[in-house]
Amino acid sequence: MASERRLRIKTLVMVLAMVVCANVGDLMLKRGMTQIGVVKVSPSALGHAFWLTVTNPTIWIGILFLIGFMASYMTVVSWADYSYVMPAGAFGYAILTLLAVVFLHENVSAKRWIGVLLICVGVLLVGQTKPSTTTATDMQKVTA
Amino acid sequence: MIGTILLLAVLICGSTGGEIAMTYGMKATGEPARLRPKALLIFLGRAVCNGWFWVAIPLMAASFYALLVLLSWQPISFVIPSSTLSYVVGTLGAKYILKEEVNAARWAGVILVCAGVALVAIG
Repeated sequence: MASERRLRIKTLVMVLAMVVCANVGDLMLKRGMTQIGVVKVSPSALGHAFWLTVTNPTIWIGILFLIGFMASYMTVVSWADYSYVMPAGAFGYAILTLLAVVFLHENVSAKRWIGVLLICVGVLLVGQTKPSTTTATDMQKVTA
Repeated sequence: MIGTILLLAVLICGSTGGEIAMTYGMKATGEPARLRPKALLIFLGRAVCNGWFWVAIPLMAASFYALLVLLSWQPISFVIPSSTLSYVVGTLGAKYILKEEVNAARWAGVILVCAGVALVAIG
């Protein structure tokens, strides 16, 4: 029982780290890509866009946060189910909306509040299931 | 339009395929001894020596670049709701490839999260 509680707590901590890093990273990428502008599909334009992308500091800050996301994701799926971690990670959308209301005093539409509610109920439903239904031994059998 | 659909397919299949491959690799690596910086660095070092990690990375990179291009073509309120399909594709992958127990509560949660993310993005 104590070990299951410990499993839930450490899964929650790592999912929170994932959520924070992913959201800050995405925000930085969006800002960076807006600075770059619309990307056209032709070999030379894609090459040029690639160059602009790798030389943009905002994109690099975003990438650093996404590396943090990747490290926490890799850690959490080493013990927890992928189908548990993936929907739980969506909790970030709900947190972002709440932060926008509390700190930025943004007006949030009814549609968005319903979305936040659905995410919270969805995450609670997934959160009630067992974080891990496979073991490393099971996985070694699958990969063999 | 066809370009957008193709890029969405790369985004969804790349991210789910990559995450499933990564989960394979991480389960085979085993969890870190402790959640301390040094133990985590050792764990991540072991993880990158696993072949599945190197299957996952190109898939995720393709998905990442598709996301960057899509974000420059389309508003985020279109890109994010469309990409929520990856929750469903990912759960199917978890059930049939990773052999996880996906019970009714987990499916219901995934569907609600999908709908919720789509509503937040278009709201």
